[in-house]
Amino acid sequence: MVLYIVQRILAAIPVMGFVALFVFLLLRLTPGDPAAIIAGDTATPDQLDAIRESLGLNEPLFVQFFSWIGQLLQGDFGTSILSGKPVLELIADRMEPTISLALTTIILSVLIAVPLGVIAAWKQGTLIDRFVMLLSVLGFSVPVFVIGYLMISAFSMQLGWFPVQGFKPLGEGVGQFFHRIALPTFTLTLLYIALIARITRTSMLEILGDDYVRTARAKGLPERKVLMRHALRNCSVPIITVIGIGFALIISGVVVTESVFNLPGLGRLTVDAVLSRDYPVIQAVILLASLIYVVINLLIDIAYVLLDPRIRYA
Amino acid sequence: MSLLEINDLRIALNGEHDKQVVKGLNLSIEPGQTMCLVGESGSGKSLTALAAMGLLPPVLKPISGTINLKGEDMLKASASRMRELRAVSMSMIFQEPMTALNPVARVGQQIEEVLEFHSSMSKSARAKRAKEMMEAVHLPDVDKMYRSFPHQLSGGQRQRIMIAMALVMRPQLLIADEPTTALDVTTQAQILSLIRELREDQGAAVLFITHDMGVVSEIADDVTVLKLGEVMETQSVDNLLRHPQTDYTRDLLQSVPSQVPRLARAQTSDNIVLATQDLNKTYGGGGWFSRGREVKAAQDVSIHLNKGRTLGIVGESGSGKTTVARCIMRLIDPTSGKVMVDGTDIATMSQKELKPHRKDIQIVFQDPMRSLNPRIEVGQSIIEGPLNFGTPRHEALARARELLELVGLPASAVDRFPHQFSGGQRQRIAIARALAMDPDVLVADEAVSALDVSVQAQVLDLLAELQERLGLGILFITHDLGVAAQICDDVLVMQYGQVVEYGPAAQVLGAPKQDYTKALIAAAPGRHWDFANFRPFAEMAD
Amino acid sequence: MTDQTVANIAPPDRPSALSRVREIVFSSPLVFIATVVLALIALSALFAPWVVPHDPVRLQPAVRLKPPSDTFWLGTDAFGRDLFSRIITGGQISLVVGVLAAICAVLFGLLLGLFAGYIRWVDAVLMRMVDGLMAIPSILLAIAIVSLWGASLWTVLVAITIPEVPRVVRLVRSLVLSAREEPYVEAAIAAGTPTWLIMRRHLVPNTLAPLIIQGTYICASAILTEAILSFLGAGINPETPSWGNIMAEGRIYFQINPGIVLWPGLVVSVAILSINLLGDAVRDALDPRMAKRGIER
Repeated sequence: MVLYIVQRILAAIPVMGFVALFVFLLLRLTPGDPAAIIAGDTATPDQLDAIRESLGLNEPLFVQFFSWIGQLLQGDFGTSILSGKPVLELIADRMEPTISLALTTIILSVLIAVPLGVIAAWKQGTLIDRFVMLLSVLGFSVPVFVIGYLMISAFSMQLGWFPVQGFKPLGEGVGQFFHRIALPTFTLTLLYIALIARITRTSMLEILGDDYVRTARAKGLPERKVLMRHALRNCSVPIITVIGIGFALIISGVVVTESVFNLPGLGRLTVDAVLSRDYPVIQAVILLASLIYVVINLLIDIAYVLLDPRIRYA
Repeated sequence: MSLLEINDLRIALNGEHDKQVVKGLNLSIEPGQTMCLVGESGSGKSLTALAAMGLLPPVLKPISGTINLKGEDMLKASASRMRELRAVSMSMIFQEPMTALNPVARVGQQIEEVLEFHSSMSKSARAKRAKEMMEAVHLPDVDKMYRSFPHQLSGGQRQRIMIAMALVMRPQLLIADEPTTALDVTTQAQILSLIRELREDQGAAVLFITHDMGVVSEIADDVTVLKLGEVMETQSVDNLLRHPQTDYTRDLLQSVPSQVPRLARAQTSDNIVLATQDLNKTYGGGGWFSRGREVKAAQDVSIHLNKGRTLGIVGESGSGKTTVARCIMRLIDPTSGKVMVDGTDIATMSQKELKPHRKDIQIVFQDPMRSLNPRIEVGQSIIEGPLNFGTPRHEALARARELLELVGLPASAVDRFPHQFSGGQRQRIAIARALAMDPDVLVADEAVSALDVSVQAQVLDLLAELQERLGLGILFITHDLGVAAQICDDVLVMQYGQVVEYGPAAQVLGAPKQDYTKALIAAAPGRHWDFANFRPFAEMAD
Repeated sequence: MTDQTVANIAPPDRPSALSRVREIVFSSPLVFIATVVLALIALSALFAPWVVPHDPVRLQPAVRLKPPSDTFWLGTDAFGRDLFSRIITGGQISLVVGVLAAICAVLFGLLLGLFAGYIRWVDAVLMRMVDGLMAIPSILLAIAIVSLWGASLWTVLVAITIPEVPRVVRLVRSLVLSAREEPYVEAAIAAGTPTWLIMRRHLVPNTLAPLIIQGTYICASAILTEAILSFLGAGINPETPSWGNIMAEGRIYFQINPGIVLWPGLVVSVAILSINLLGDAVRDALDPRMAKRGIER
């Protein structure tokens, strides 16, 4: 078991290495002077020289790569072109709305999607199953910002239940916090519900055909116990796996949702950076988002240990 | 009154009358009796059992008849009544003990769970009773095993857990659906004797479903023979084996391979077509992150096979017999040792050097459903090899037609796709494909194990005939001593990757020297019966 | 015991490709509607210059932000351009991006997946790379590519395709790995068939059905990503109408004329929904157990 966990952690390192390599190459493969991209259009020749110096552009590529990695490991993610502040500082200021939105979305989605998926599989082929399936296709088809604007138009403009945009930190009152974050969460949750409900239904269907479910029925267990105790427990691994993989989807969704609802989070920061070609910020956000993704999936790999004795005692 | 009485049971696909898979079955079991339900695949034997338990898959529906358990019709009972009866009045064990147990729950809890829903015992009383039951099925170290997960147990132990779970409420009827088919022969013998013992201790009747006449002769009081959903005959076991009433049963019995080794054949050629010297295959070890445990799958295996002879490699699962075959075929690379095909060592050749030698040695695999590419016509599969060696297409196709006829199929089969053939037919095609290369050696890796016994007998006859005609050397990998006895001149017994005994079949199977070989032979079900001659071997003197 | 009789061999029953397509299209009313809708959108985009009632790029400040009327069926945008004509024309970009991204991602993924499935050291390196690429949220990666390389149809296409490739690689690799274990592939090895021929004859055909299905899903997802990129201002040049562009330009006028965002939003949703429904229908027809094989949208 310890060996397994160590293996997982070791396996995550090359993944992060490749992420860094991609980000690095992305800039180097761009036609033109990387220093000019980093410094922005308004940089003076002196500034450009200073950046060339710090990037080590005259060194061989792999030296540049490793010295860049070295800077990253020391927490030096560069300076924003737009504001001149260290990128890490900018990011730290914008974390809260993003994390809040991601968490509320995941929690709400799991609460809704898992029961939906279980019921759909149990009542396969019935109306409720078809409804869940349709909902899931819809979730994959309607762009998040379209849902967002529909929400705004219905709940803010027509009914006036929620504010059109903005964010209040949790520290300034729970009620305010939820009132503000409700619409963005509802917007983003549909996609995630689609993802989780579908995998829950698929795995449930597969497991309901397994021999041990038949054994459980042959024991005379009530159907509810068969579902909960035997089927759902075996479903937990694929479900949390998808939650982990879907985290990349959440990040993409957050970028868009923050843009629609004008939340001052990382997504908003990224979009502003794109519009002003503030590459150091974009680069740092990518690295950070990928790091979070890798860490979350690492935690999920480790969680398998709790869920599946075949891994625990391997 | 009979314990279980099935009258005119009909089960149909989607409940449609013209799609019956069980056609008017009658069966009755007395208390304490063991009834064997015997049949080949598609006979409806398992469906009958599932119908009694109310566990038929939704597409299959009983359309008429009654299944009376102590006078109560199971087909009319409500879902909740069925739940009350399961485990209490009747219970069932299945073929695959690995998949039949929930992989994420402790086995003790899985037994205890039965008591939780069918008794009012306290939690500690339930645990005590579950452990008692685990003792009763002779599981070792019960306190520790109670807390184990299924994957930590062996196949035999898992089946013991299943039996403990099934009998913990002392039901009057135990339905056992091929409970030993997935197990090794020595484990099978232990489980069979356990079922016999518990039947006597608990006074339960057993409905035992199997395809294996050997198992029938070991466990049955009475036997019902099924064919394609219809009862052929019902008799006491002794009567059935001695005086079968129908041609079908007679054919079935005559197809059972005898445990007696074939008569020694004179060696016609000194030409050694295949030999290995100290062949070793070790898995695992090395690598930074791989779990460092080495598995010696084959150790110092040395064999030699003459032209026109058959060498059998016999062993239980995990014995390394298939590893040896795959090393010889160079589907995997041996760790050390030599593989001599027609006198040339191919063990360390590169794939390129190997190519000219490929045509000398060909293989037939176990699973007829996966042996042929489902997307291409069987003719194309057969000519694939000859085309690789430069045979013109039309010539190769003409040869493919001849070969199909040689293996007992029409030449027109070249244009058909694999799914249009039965399992036995596909195995014939696979043999034709191997022969298309004009090999000197044919490796048959459990080539008849997935077939029904009657089809198995035909394919074995075909192999013998082809060997006679073409002078093939055959390396025959099998777990079935009867099959080995029927076809092999020489036999090599393997266990845990090591050679236990190697010699002429008459000696190894007739007068084994090693304890393991003796144990294997003693465990083979039905070894006392000469099925083909409808009598026990003991009466052979007459 | 009748194993070898000729009569026992079932007759050929391979349906033709055309009848398979017909079977899929008519498999349910929903799928049929999806096909018709998709055909309508595709045809009108293809023949846009002849179908549109107004020039989609002509500025007419006099009729800014008009509500729907007989002249302007869906109203006009902030520059007085006809919304209906712009939506019809905008389909061109979306569909081109969707189809090309699907084709490119499938081809690259197939190639890399075959290598990964067949050569062990390539597998070890490539799969770590794939893991790395999958760890980067696709929208962020696409944004970065576009913002670095400048917005053009081709950079947008590359930006959308790259994040899709890893999923195809994984799919192909797992299909190849399981097909390699098949006895018929081992029989081909034993028959001396060269590796490239084994791939072509025995392995690639196995990946075909899953790849067609995955390709449909990629097409849908690419259209979605294109819309999102344009919407965030990281898409192709705003002069060219695309569904995402129209919505992006309509954002600030949402409170005045929500139609500028919602109408193209409706069309893009319906288009993607139709493609996804078709993909599901193809999946159900070609291989009902596909979901188990890790095909993900």
